[in-house]
Amino acid sequence: MIKVRIPTPLRPLTKNQGEVDVTAGSIADLVNTLEASYPGIKARLCDDSGELRRFVNIYVNEEDIRFLKGKDTALKSGDEVSIVPAIAGG
Amino acid sequence: MELTESEIQRYSRHIILQDVGGKGQLKLKRAKVLLIGAGGLGSPAGLYLAAAGIGTIGLVDGDVVDLSNLQRQIMHSTATLGKPKVESGKKTLSAINPEITINAYHQLVDAENILPLVSQYDIVLDGSDNFTTRFLVNDACFFAKKTLISASMFRFEGQLTTIKPHAGYPCYRCLYPEPPPAGLVPNCQEAGVLGVLAGTMGILQASEAIKEILGTGETIADKLLIYDALDMKFRKVGRPKDPACPLCGSNPKIKDLSMDYTVSCTI
Ligand SMILES: [Zn+2]
Repeated sequence: MIKVRIPTPLRPLTKNQGEVDVTAGSIADLVNTLEASYPGIKARLCDDSGELRRFVNIYVNEEDIRFLKGKDTALKSGDEVSIVPAIAGG
Repeated sequence: MELTESEIQRYSRHIILQDVGGKGQLKLKRAKVLLIGAGGLGSPAGLYLAAAGIGTIGLVDGDVVDLSNLQRQIMHSTATLGKPKVESGKKTLSAINPEITINAYHQLVDAENILPLVSQYDIVLDGSDNFTTRFLVNDACFFAKKTLISASMFRFEGQLTTIKPHAGYPCYRCLYPEPPPAGLVPNCQEAGVLGVLAGTMGILQASEAIKEILGTGETIADKLLIYDALDMKFRKVGRPKDPACPLCGSNPKIKDLSMDYTVSCTI
């Protein structure tokens, strides 16, 4: 089981849950699993070609997956995944 | 430059701290801090920086005080409705501390005016409310080699980091390479925000600015702090330097401020 932290802007898609549990072997797998439960979330995370958007960061534990293996970053049970989009309010 | 008798009294609770002392208080007096945005973040940051004795504070903001600002923008009041925020802010900060200099710039920052402006200051606090300004401020501070303390917020959530690529740390584009296209991420003042969250995040910015000036404590330049007010959770994630960063990477694409920074403001 992997704990996924959903940021405020995406919570309308997860019935306002800030944290959801999923089972997935990689980030790509996790995105598809989230999409199955919460339709629409994938489009917020990935562009039309399926690449992760450049203003949304995904962290496994405390590491940015752009500096690991991107979407191919492996996940294991107990990992915590955080989705962190750029926000601009001041 | 020395501390006057009244300053020694005013800052006595700082001066008795080992990490500040008279020397540190003089550093604060000599420091020049620019606040980009005199709104939700700039208000609490400005109040505490003024009280702390930052010798010169610059306020830059093109807006006037609106009734809907007062739920969080505590530098302003019902009495200054309709006045430029920088004038309203200057009045409040001078009342707290008449011993410091406040410069008010009633203008929007743009690619033309930002470099001459940040060049006059040591540290910049970004409390702007849109991605256009945030990317512009990051790039300008990179070229001017100024430390930037960046905070932002949305509804119940805030983010904070210190940006000082001139000291070997990552820039804002290392964290978020590009702004979102219009419509994908709410980025405007029209989005709701918990008023008190502005206080939490603005004061954290002020605290980091003071630490940078004093040269004390741990920097947050290699981390991103995420605060969720609803869950009452502070989390930090790693923020490495991106070797492929378009601004501070080894083969930069951005060499000046001539790019189009406009991101339309729609939700
Ligand atoms: Zn960079």
